[in-house]
Amino acid sequence: MIRAIGAASAALVAAATLGTLAAVASKADALPRLTPSDWAAIRFTLTQAVLSAVVSVLLAIPVARALARRRFPGRGLLVTLLGAPFILPTIVAVLGLLAVFGNNGLISQVLQWFGFEPVHIYGLHGVVLAHVFLNMPLATRLILQGWLAIPAERFRLAASLDFSPADTLRYLEVPMLRAVAPGALLLIFLICTTSFAVALTLGGGPRGTTVELAIYQAFRFEFDLGKAALLALVQFGICAVAAVLILQAALPAGFGGGLDRTVERWGISTLGLRLQDAAVTVLAALFLVTPLAVIVADGLPRLLTLPAEVLEAAVRSLWVALVAAALTVVLALSMALLAEGRGAAWRGFIGFLGSLSIAVSPLVIGTGLFILLFPIADPVALALPVTALVNAVMSLPFAYRAVAPALAETDLLFGRLSASLGMSGWARLRLVVLPRLRRPLGFAAGLAAALSMGDLGVIALFAAPEQATLPMQLYRLMASYRMEEAAGAALLLLVLSLALFWVLDRGGRMRAVA
Amino acid sequence: MLLLEGLELQVGGFRLSADLSVQAGARVAVIGPSGAGKSTLLSAIAGYQPTTKGRVTWAGRDITGDEPGARPLSIVFQDNNLFPHLTVAQNVGLGLSPSLRLSADQQERVADSLARVGLPGLGDRKPAQLSGGQQSRVALARVLLRARPLMLLDEPFAALGPALKAEMLDLVKEVAAETGAAVLMVTHDPDDARRLGGQTILVDGGRAEAPQDTDALLADPPPGLRAYLRGDGAD
Repeated sequence: MIRAIGAASAALVAAATLGTLAAVASKADALPRLTPSDWAAIRFTLTQAVLSAVVSVLLAIPVARALARRRFPGRGLLVTLLGAPFILPTIVAVLGLLAVFGNNGLISQVLQWFGFEPVHIYGLHGVVLAHVFLNMPLATRLILQGWLAIPAERFRLAASLDFSPADTLRYLEVPMLRAVAPGALLLIFLICTTSFAVALTLGGGPRGTTVELAIYQAFRFEFDLGKAALLALVQFGICAVAAVLILQAALPAGFGGGLDRTVERWGISTLGLRLQDAAVTVLAALFLVTPLAVIVADGLPRLLTLPAEVLEAAVRSLWVALVAAALTVVLALSMALLAEGRGAAWRGFIGFLGSLSIAVSPLVIGTGLFILLFPIADPVALALPVTALVNAVMSLPFAYRAVAPALAETDLLFGRLSASLGMSGWARLRLVVLPRLRRPLGFAAGLAAALSMGDLGVIALFAAPEQATLPMQLYRLMASYRMEEAAGAALLLLVLSLALFWVLDRGGRMRAVA
Repeated sequence: MLLLEGLELQVGGFRLSADLSVQAGARVAVIGPSGAGKSTLLSAIAGYQPTTKGRVTWAGRDITGDEPGARPLSIVFQDNNLFPHLTVAQNVGLGLSPSLRLSADQQERVADSLARVGLPGLGDRKPAQLSGGQQSRVALARVLLRARPLMLLDEPFAALGPALKAEMLDLVKEVAAETGAAVLMVTHDPDDARRLGGQTILVDGGRAEAPQDTDALLADPPPGLRAYLRGDGAD
């Protein structure tokens, strides 16, 4: 029975990834149909992704170094905060950035005081700014992990050899960066190639269109399924190349704990270095916190007087998020149980299925599902279930990577005992697996719920106006310049996303026995 | 009677053969140098270690292919004998039902068995709240409830001090006497073998020898065992 569920999960994931790809391929027009504006979208996608990755990593390096070698009050909070943008709804981040960097934002207002022109945020630089805001924290955490992985003995040795900071950089830090930075660059490049919501809101028109956005436009405005499918294939090609490159570079794990310590260091207490680290830390914190603080400040007065359609959208989004979370947990756990105790080839295959959605973007899956569903059902009526399914599949790579190793460890510790007592199937699941795996399952559920809560992708492709989710409703408010209501809706979305993650992740930690 | 007929095991490049029998209700120590394959032998009898040749029978029934939980035996490991997230009573109750759906009568038997091993009223504790010796007692309470005719012990008391270990060995003998079970206990300490009384299987040089009287064996050990006991052999 449990194996049957695992097999069904694997089949569902295969259908949602490989199946939708096949559907897309079957409907796609021939390659020559790509117009000059499609080629421009491809070029823009690659350009903004490269820039976003490079800027994120370059900015992350000094921040990670400061966090690795300094102890100060609030450091733990800042490290935790660095994990937040990953589960932050993109549309909320965009609204916050507009409030700071937009034409009427804080910076423009200050500039106008002094008689300067306001900043113009729409276009390539706006897209890169948003991607850096969303991904620089991830890069910082990855690189911080690299810094903390340098053995303390090396720094002690460097101190005894009287290394200058430049020597330390050359002999210890640059080699580490050379190992860690490529993985971080590729990961952020991959994330940014599937950019939809940011390009939709900040791209500023035809010159700032990504392939994902072009799929949406072909689908929604030109009603040209053949072209949408062709663009989806192009998008898959880009993601697949990036994903293969990442596997070559060994994907770093960004969620590991242990970032709360610092490396004992010597010879870095000069005033110049301390000022430099302090400035870098303060600037990074300001860059991260200000847009969110503005959302809170602008949204708070509006929170109690939100229009009914926003609240209805919020309830809809909560449902989608909870269904996606439950589905993610079932998929990850049942597939991990299916892989358990099998040969290396089988385990590898199931792990491959579990991470396949890294290479398939939400709009590619969405287009494929539309093609698959259209002959048998009304895709618009299924918009919410499809959104939950796609978000569960998109969360699966992270969930599987958290659950499968924990299951293997549980089997190592308690497999013989369970077997000697004749515990198997549901009894083992209920009495051993679920209690032992509370933490990774809670984390997986929280991540899936938060990502799904904030998702503005597939839903835009499918949904009719009366089925809007909260991110979509927020986008509509922004598009019709109802900015005060948008601020309230954004705060609600922010609070719900973070609360979902916190409650589910905490639920896994509470009462968990080490 | 436990019968190992032409049994052969292979772990990596290491081989072990066994051709011996253990009488019902016997108390048998398994002794030999470390790395000789004592635990591997127990693993094979318990069903964790696949056999390459031969068969294992209990009371005439071939159990070579049975799942570990379906074999007529209970096993106590060196560690991880208790689930840390379950209470003491739940850990013991697993001996009656692997799904832990216990009737009122069965719950009473769990409480009785805990009292029997000297832990009355501790059923609601978690294992982490107990000492090492108490945790061993919980494992033995479960063995008592399972009441299987064969009891395998894989150095379960190695981490306990000498006095506590002696106490546990006495408790093992009591539990075995109450359930009528035969005992097979791996140990590296000849004093444990003496205290257990009965016979000893010597595992050395890729062979598990037939059980012999423990006192006689230790009084006149063969060369391999002598080297091990005197400490001048390779450990």
